[in-house]
Amino acid sequence: MQASGGRTYRDVQRVQGPILVVERVADVAYGERVEVLCADGTRRRGSVLDISDRRAVVQVFEGGTGLSLRGTQVRFLGEPLRFTVSRELLGRVLNGAGEPLDGCPKPFGGVTRGIYGSAINPVMRDYPMDVIETGVSVIDGMNTLVRGQKLPIFSGNGLPHNDLAAQIARQARIRGTDESFAVVFAAMGIKNDDAAFFREELERTGALENATMFINLASDPAEERLVTPRYALTLAEHLAFDHGYHVLVILTDMTNYCESLREMTSARGEVPSRKGYPGYLYSDLAEIYERCGRVRGAKGSITQIPILTMPNDDITHPIPDLTGYITEGQIVLDRELHQKGVYPPINPLPSLSRIMKDAIGGTRTREDHPNTANQLYSSYSAVGGIRSLAAIVGADELTAADRAHLEFGDAFEREFIAQPRDLRRTVEETLDLAWRTLGLLPRESLHRVSEKQIEERYARREKAEENR
Amino acid sequence: MSLQEDIAVVTRVNGPVVTASGMGRACLGDQVEVGNEKLTGEIITLEHDVATIQVYEDTIGLKPGEPVVSRGEPLSAVLGPGLLKGIYDGIQRPLEKLREQSGVFLGRGLNVPAIDPDSTWDYEPALKPGARVAGNTILGRVQETALVKHAIMVPPGIEGELVWAAEAGNRRAGDPVARVATPAGEREVTMIQRWPIRRPRPVSRRLPPRVPMLTGQRVIDFFFPVARGGAAAIPGGFGTGKTVTQHQLAKWSDVDIIVYIGCGERGNEMTQVLEEFPALKDPRSGRPLMERTLLIANTSNMPVTAREASIYTGITMAEYYRDMGLHVAVMADSTSRWAEALREISGRLEQMPAEEGYPAYLASRVGEVYERAGRVEVVEPAGGAVREGSLTMVGAVSPPGGDFSEPVVTHTKRFVRAFWGLDRDLASARHFPSIHWNTSYSEYDVSAWYAERAELPWSELRRRATDLLKEDDRLQNIVKLIGPDALPDRQRVVLETARMIKEAFLQQGAFSAVDSYCPIEKQLGMMDVILSFHDGAQKALASGRPVFEIMSAPVVERIFRMKEEVGADQAADRLAQLKKQVSDSLAD
Repeated sequence: MQASGGRTYRDVQRVQGPILVVERVADVAYGERVEVLCADGTRRRGSVLDISDRRAVVQVFEGGTGLSLRGTQVRFLGEPLRFTVSRELLGRVLNGAGEPLDGCPKPFGGVTRGIYGSAINPVMRDYPMDVIETGVSVIDGMNTLVRGQKLPIFSGNGLPHNDLAAQIARQARIRGTDESFAVVFAAMGIKNDDAAFFREELERTGALENATMFINLASDPAEERLVTPRYALTLAEHLAFDHGYHVLVILTDMTNYCESLREMTSARGEVPSRKGYPGYLYSDLAEIYERCGRVRGAKGSITQIPILTMPNDDITHPIPDLTGYITEGQIVLDRELHQKGVYPPINPLPSLSRIMKDAIGGTRTREDHPNTANQLYSSYSAVGGIRSLAAIVGADELTAADRAHLEFGDAFEREFIAQPRDLRRTVEETLDLAWRTLGLLPRESLHRVSEKQIEERYARREKAEENR
Repeated sequence: MSLQEDIAVVTRVNGPVVTASGMGRACLGDQVEVGNEKLTGEIITLEHDVATIQVYEDTIGLKPGEPVVSRGEPLSAVLGPGLLKGIYDGIQRPLEKLREQSGVFLGRGLNVPAIDPDSTWDYEPALKPGARVAGNTILGRVQETALVKHAIMVPPGIEGELVWAAEAGNRRAGDPVARVATPAGEREVTMIQRWPIRRPRPVSRRLPPRVPMLTGQRVIDFFFPVARGGAAAIPGGFGTGKTVTQHQLAKWSDVDIIVYIGCGERGNEMTQVLEEFPALKDPRSGRPLMERTLLIANTSNMPVTAREASIYTGITMAEYYRDMGLHVAVMADSTSRWAEALREISGRLEQMPAEEGYPAYLASRVGEVYERAGRVEVVEPAGGAVREGSLTMVGAVSPPGGDFSEPVVTHTKRFVRAFWGLDRDLASARHFPSIHWNTSYSEYDVSAWYAERAELPWSELRRRATDLLKEDDRLQNIVKLIGPDALPDRQRVVLETARMIKEAFLQQGAFSAVDSYCPIEKQLGMMDVILSFHDGAQKALASGRPVFEIMSAPVVERIFRMKEEVGADQAADRLAQLKKQVSDSLAD
């Protein structure tokens, strides 16, 4: 649709990558929405990145390829990037900039919001306390997800992060209720078949009517990825804070988003920071991840599960590193577990949920939950060292306690971490399973659980049955 | 001076960095109002009549040609009664008040003073007309919260004779409480004063930091103490427990005032502080902790420029309370986000980057911040009282990838004398606090204080525990290769004692009702028990008892559970009993 009004300029002086420099402009605002009319009559979209009294720097979502200096017209539309959101967008499939992809018209009515949003006043936030039961033991038991949390999945190429995200979207319930979630799914630069997987998955389970998909494929314009999560979160905020929905936002793949940001900033000639990413990558990611949580006086909530693939499985790479500093924990997928055939291959040791501590235990989940989770962490972290020792001296040379830990380690991975893709375990089932695996350890090595909990729940198991 | 003459216009907008021309009369560092929405900004460079301004709010929609007005003074903090219990953004706007104006989301161009001049306080004067007064002379007092008596002081820079003093009674914060005849004429003093955030408040004399700031955290108080007036850094990768450690320090440190700066951190974590602190009781007075706390919440998605200012805003408020003769601790979480804000702004200014893209002035800025810590003596004029105050600075550092060799950590190390290095492996094993004994250190010499105050010999216990951990570290390398069974019995006892130090002493449950705060008598008593186990075990070995029998003695289990089983009440006595049981059971 062509926007009416606006001021048109033709003095394009430079085109480089996605960056367009227009001279002799007047009355243009920072962040203003732009329409670029190409010589062949097609239109591209963009926004103002830098404005001085005579020159505007414009980023073009579709990139600069094919633009000429002479024939191009740039129209400034007098408003920042905005998105008209409404409840009617549930059940729709949109492109990365919020335009329908499913052949149906745009919904009528709704409210128009700036896509960059505003920061939530910290005093207006409500602390997340309601446990989301995902049905996945290693998450519910050891890295509990809480409503209003942002918990990313750190993955690698070829690992089943999509299956896990789809399983969470399908199974997630607020503990003790049947309330499910509205899902806002934002895909940035993902492969066609990954997008199709999510779409089918949501259709198969009937969840699509309660979901909105924003799809920017790997073949779509790279600069559009920079606005996709912002369109998605503008809708999520509307659904959560105006209509009281509990919204689960899945952002995949944040690595592609960051790559686009790097592409755009290097085209602008900005001073790069680590690995060529801009110095403000942290602030930029925070603007996305912090649009999440619960606010006082609103019934709804936004829970975010961003997915990112760690380049070369390196958790210290700037993207996972900065993400981990902003999000409230992380779920880390592990290639070694994946190769052992364990699904979901979540390594609990580097994984973390920062706000689970106030949400679990007592009457919220079960009294022994915090200590049991700690005991699993502590015992499983000892397993790694004992495995390397066994590789050197042989398992027969180990102490009895160490051999018990090896047994425990294997059983923990096979019985507790691993579970079928369609199985949904309750928190109680998860915790009982935890005690079963802890039963392989001698009672004296359990220091994180109380005497009383040992009395009530511990039962010594001599050997793990071979169930594979 | 008329501010109208300073009207100038925006010429360029590049994110939070704005250029304006016609700024010939403005000064470097001046606060300005930018654009039609009056966004708050600060002048960071001046060239001819062109000023570069960092704007503390989102600049979307700002256009060249919009007006810029200087407020004619540098970015300043408002100081006076009513600051405590408050929560502010990085440029000291009260977030509760902003909420009334803009609701859930933060609006722009809101200008609300940190202290309401119409608030009233029950004022008690301390001086009569005729007295000689100077900066920091106490004119009177008000009860700010049940915990804190707030001293109304003469602002630094005013000196002379007190010609009029307000009488006792309810007074507006904005009304004068005194008039001082200075060589430059008569000056009125109200309960509210302003101070530029980037300039340290003057001090009469600095005192050596020799008194520990007790935190109730065993690994800190016992192994790596920080002194009142000292500076400490907590570096650690994400998920290693920086924030929990900072929260623990904010809750339990034995100081009068806590200034907690959430600098570029998570919104939900600030909410946690806001919900938790009013419910927690100060262990000494039994009053809610919030009554001695001041919070700055500039979360990661709030403007980066205000994040840069937040550290200075917090320290300035802390210095003000220090000058009243109070002990203040500043927790900054995290200074890396502040350094990144410097980097981001410097990048926008197209300055030449030094290491990792940080500006070359990073080291000097870090030094300036930590040097504002100190134990000081405030001397009043004309034979007036002398009072001691201190400002202890604890900065969290979030190095990328947990790598301690990056610029912010290395520069910070030069300016702090207590270093609490967090370790990812310990965190993965849920050993919390994950402060690693090998990478941490403290150069503060507080042994004289312990020798005078504590019954048990701290220096001696600490030296022995440190030696055992060192030996354990060496032995662990061998154990990794051949397993513990191959070691001689004497060394296996060393491993067991070191495990006790690590699990029964160094690990401390921040979320445990009993163990969250550990008084110093209990800390010393616990270590005494562990070391007496070591002595008893070595003796028992020498008299021929087998090592497995020693290690499976029932008393061992009691040692591992003593932190939970022995409460703060009569801890010293109960631990002395436990020590006797340990010695007895090993001597049979």
